[in-house]
Amino acid sequence: MNINATLIAQAIMFAVFVWFCMKFVWPPIMNALAVRQKQIADGLAAADRGKHELELAAKKATQELHAAKEKASDIIAQAEKRATEIVEESKTNAKTEGDRIIAGAKAEIEQEVNRAKEGLRQQVSELAVAGAEKILRKEIDAKAHADMLKTIANEL
Amino acid sequence: MASESLTSSEYIKHHLQNLTCTIKEGHFHCAHSAQEAKEMGFWAINLDTVLMSFLLGTIFLFFFTRAANKATAGVPSGLVNFVEWVIEFIDSSVRGSFSFKNSLVAPLALTIFMWIFLMNLMDLIPIDFVGQLIALYDPHMYFKIVPTTDPNATFGMALSVFFIVLFYSIKMKGLGGFVGELTLQPFGKFGLPANIFLEGVNLIAKPISLALRLFGNMYAGEMIFILIAIMGSTWAGFTIANATLFSSQILLSLIWAIFHILIITLQAFIFMTLTIVYLDMAHQEHH
Repeated sequence: MNINATLIAQAIMFAVFVWFCMKFVWPPIMNALAVRQKQIADGLAAADRGKHELELAAKKATQELHAAKEKASDIIAQAEKRATEIVEESKTNAKTEGDRIIAGAKAEIEQEVNRAKEGLRQQVSELAVAGAEKILRKEIDAKAHADMLKTIANEL
Repeated sequence: MASESLTSSEYIKHHLQNLTCTIKEGHFHCAHSAQEAKEMGFWAINLDTVLMSFLLGTIFLFFFTRAANKATAGVPSGLVNFVEWVIEFIDSSVRGSFSFKNSLVAPLALTIFMWIFLMNLMDLIPIDFVGQLIALYDPHMYFKIVPTTDPNATFGMALSVFFIVLFYSIKMKGLGGFVGELTLQPFGKFGLPANIFLEGVNLIAKPISLALRLFGNMYAGEMIFILIAIMGSTWAGFTIANATLFSSQILLSLIWAIFHILIITLQAFIFMTLTIVYLDMAHQEHH
């Protein structure tokens, strides 16, 4: 427990250790810590930014979805309208077409009837003339009585 | 017990004696008794203190330098993580007590803390363990493995800190400012003798209190370990009394060692914190 030159040795050792620590231990570790601190801060900031962006994107997505829905319902409504229009149009078309066909058919029928009437008339008049000829043979001159026959045929 | 012929008082003395060596008449010689060590005077050296503190300081710097070389901004490995943890603790202590810019203070505080901590830690090695190993080589050789129980070690550090404090006092305030601080307060220039006395005591008390606090705590702790170790040393055959003493030795040294973990850390921390505070005061201009 005597104070001796150990004191000086310890002081020198202490000085050397402090110097070494100051030179080779403290700065690199503090450096690394500072760099890491900055990295962590940057990371946190980036995470915050990402979160913010995500929120914005989500908001935008909802908006887009909303717009799309609206558009879709518009389109559907339009399509429905168009469909009814088309149905109506074709109904009218069909009706006109039908009417037209009916009218045509009626006219043709009438024509046919007229033609048949004409034919029949002709045949009846011919038959009547043939009958009368048979009955009257001699008394009636075809040429002299042609006017009369024509009148009769017209009256039939 | 070093040997059976030793009495309790001899045992204690043996444990409290450093390995004091000097060069006498041209050759290296180590003291074999406290008397002889005393007669060697100032120009002798406590080889055990120097060796142990050098070894421990080297261990500290070895691991911390390794960690410093490996430290990156990435994920730290085990050793690096531990070292960073210690350094951040020191750094926050320095930031808390030292409000100026000085690149010396933090590494100084780190060195003080770790070195003292490691030197104190040697107290937890069973006291006869190393002593008996040394005795195998030379039974007359003393060996104290706790450097902080040697006042040379604590005063060596405390005086170094004191000179650093003086250096920064003069550097920051100028020689005039420093002398003025010593002489012109607290009573103004008419109370000059009283000022010198008060401030002088104040100044001298710094290194002395630093050194003696650490030395006293560690010396007392060591002393208690020695006393506990004596309990079982009266062993002479298996009797109830002997068995009780022996088992209480084991139990008590365990309890004291656990308590000592707190003390050694605390003493290292106090030495470091006071150093920081003294350096802060050295930088402060008085109003």
